[in-house]
Amino acid sequence: MKLERPDARGRFGEFGGRFAPETLMPALEELEHAFEGAWADPAFRGDLDRLLKDFVGRPTPIFEAERLSAQLGFRVLLKREDLAHTGAHKINNAIAQVLLARRMGKPRVIAETGAGQHGVATATAAALLGLECDVFMGEKDIERQSLNVYRMQMLGTRVIPVTSGAGTLKDAVNEAMRDWVGTVETTHYVIGSVVGPHPFPWMVREFQRVIGDESLAQLGEDLPDVVVACVGGGSNAIGMFYPFAGLGIDLVGVEAAGEGIETGRHGASLGEGSPGILHGTRTYLLQDADGQVQEAHSISAGLDYPGVGPEHAYFQDLGLARYVSITDDESLEGVSLLARTEGIIPALESAHAISWIAKAAGELQGKTVLVNLSGRGDKDVQQIAEARS
Amino acid sequence: MSAERLRLMFAARRADNSTALLPFMTAGLPDPGHAVEMFEAMAGAGADGFEVGIPYSDPLMDGPIIQEGGARALAAGVGLEEGLEIAGRVIARTGLPALVMTYANVVVQAGPDEFARRAADHGVSGVIVADLPLEEAGPIKAAVERAGLGMVLFAAPTTTEARLRRIVEAEPVFIYGVADLGVTGERKIASSRAGELARRIREVTGIPLVMGVGISTPEQAAAIAGSADGVIVGSALVRRALEAQTPTEAIASLATAVREFRAAL
Ligand SMILES: Cc1ncc(COP(=O)(O)O)c(C=O)c1O
Repeated sequence: MKLERPDARGRFGEFGGRFAPETLMPALEELEHAFEGAWADPAFRGDLDRLLKDFVGRPTPIFEAERLSAQLGFRVLLKREDLAHTGAHKINNAIAQVLLARRMGKPRVIAETGAGQHGVATATAAALLGLECDVFMGEKDIERQSLNVYRMQMLGTRVIPVTSGAGTLKDAVNEAMRDWVGTVETTHYVIGSVVGPHPFPWMVREFQRVIGDESLAQLGEDLPDVVVACVGGGSNAIGMFYPFAGLGIDLVGVEAAGEGIETGRHGASLGEGSPGILHGTRTYLLQDADGQVQEAHSISAGLDYPGVGPEHAYFQDLGLARYVSITDDESLEGVSLLARTEGIIPALESAHAISWIAKAAGELQGKTVLVNLSGRGDKDVQQIAEARS
Repeated sequence: MSAERLRLMFAARRADNSTALLPFMTAGLPDPGHAVEMFEAMAGAGADGFEVGIPYSDPLMDGPIIQEGGARALAAGVGLEEGLEIAGRVIARTGLPALVMTYANVVVQAGPDEFARRAADHGVSGVIVADLPLEEAGPIKAAVERAGLGMVLFAAPTTTEARLRRIVEAEPVFIYGVADLGVTGERKIASSRAGELARRIREVTGIPLVMGVGISTPEQAAAIAGSADGVIVGSALVRRALEAQTPTEAIASLATAVREFRAAL
């Protein structure tokens, strides 16, 4: 059964928890109480709802993808998170957390970012609400998502390059955590997915469930048979899945198979990993026998992460959702497919979900499939052009 | 009982009214072949015990110097088994107590009981896990104590009175007082928070108190020495091990540095 909230220790079954340095523990307790208070406070909810409506542009539409449906032979619906302000679902969480940070009296926020979408979303919310903002981004990601680096800088955010490790999302999270250990009294860490120590996985899920709640309201009686979303840390997926879980709908999360599962160069932590502890939470990880966390690999910076949100680990073990994977090459085909049939260039992350429904067309015949289109692909155009050449 | 060795050391330092010097060093520096010799040199220079770092891929409590130390050790093939072997040989050769310092995933993948048993087999006295707060410590602390080792718990400048009371009630073998906000690393100026934290801890317990994080000069160590049973010096020493051009230079440089810290305490 899905859990309304994790237990007192922040656990979803055996996953989650709060494996953080002592220095951060009081701040995590403070955050948990602040979030509980804000979430139950109609004034905070009213402020957030207004911003989601007038600033972000919610509700995002559900689009009947007719030409794609005709080509694949089954009905495809797209939840258009790509139409949210700044171009991805990340803004739902970022704006809520920055609003919470302001309520907590923290003048500064920090964030990690992979694809840059969460960094842009946090920079945007910080500009809107008047907070100082620093974003940690791996060197490799700065290179492959340079457009988003400029966007953050235009918004008044300092982008801090992270050179440790492979220079990707995992390293950016490490560096943001390290900053937070030193600045915790005046800074809130706006984590970008349903990962990290309790209360982050729960709080970010609550901030992202607007995707699924809205979809249910928009669809009414016309429920889909299958709901599909890509999974990096898992925030767009859990935001979509959570309200649908327990309704007898097939929930499918799509991880990055990178260069191919068999090459070992992928980001399929649920499919190929084992339980362990990373970034403050117990979840499925790509790791060796000694507990050293392995580098993930994906063409898509947002899915290039060797861990995953603990609630997905819980969903997988209970069979509440299932998790599959799509390679780099397949995801590029997903970009073309959606661009040419529907006039929508999806983010490389979201293209993993699109590509999976095309690949699984055989088993999806006759069904209605709702895909969470988590973001738009503008940020990826240069990278896609290079990958094709 | 390996933890006993550590308790006896603290008792001896209290008896002669001095402060224990506990150097932190990543296992496998300056290279795996010279690691034990480097610890021996630090013992000869006046160390009272050691914190031996078992490297981990994602050390989020560590600044750039110890990150680099860990990355170098991992690249040289030092994992849990190699790290414990180095600790064991250091303990056998120097007769000093040593703790191992690592991160939760390393313990959990080995299995807490298996981890503790192997550490005990190598004569290790205690375990420090940087990302293991009291709330998550239960199973690991129990396994460590079943094996006769001591578990260390942290208290930080941000730790509230209520948390501090619970940490004390759990009876760690010593309390690691986090001397400064922030991750490990060298600091130009000693934190003004260290003294205040030490005083708060002393007020509520007689459990040995060891201060660490950001203590990078003999002067900084001396300033806090009076309020603690021991001090941990890490980044300032690891930096010397990393900067040295040869293992011989690293060993000499570490001996000099430890002698300077010892003299200041
Ligand atoms: C468009 C888009 N989709 C998905 C993701 C993956 O994150 P999550 O799994 O948390 O939704 C990202 C992350 O950067 C993204 O930008």
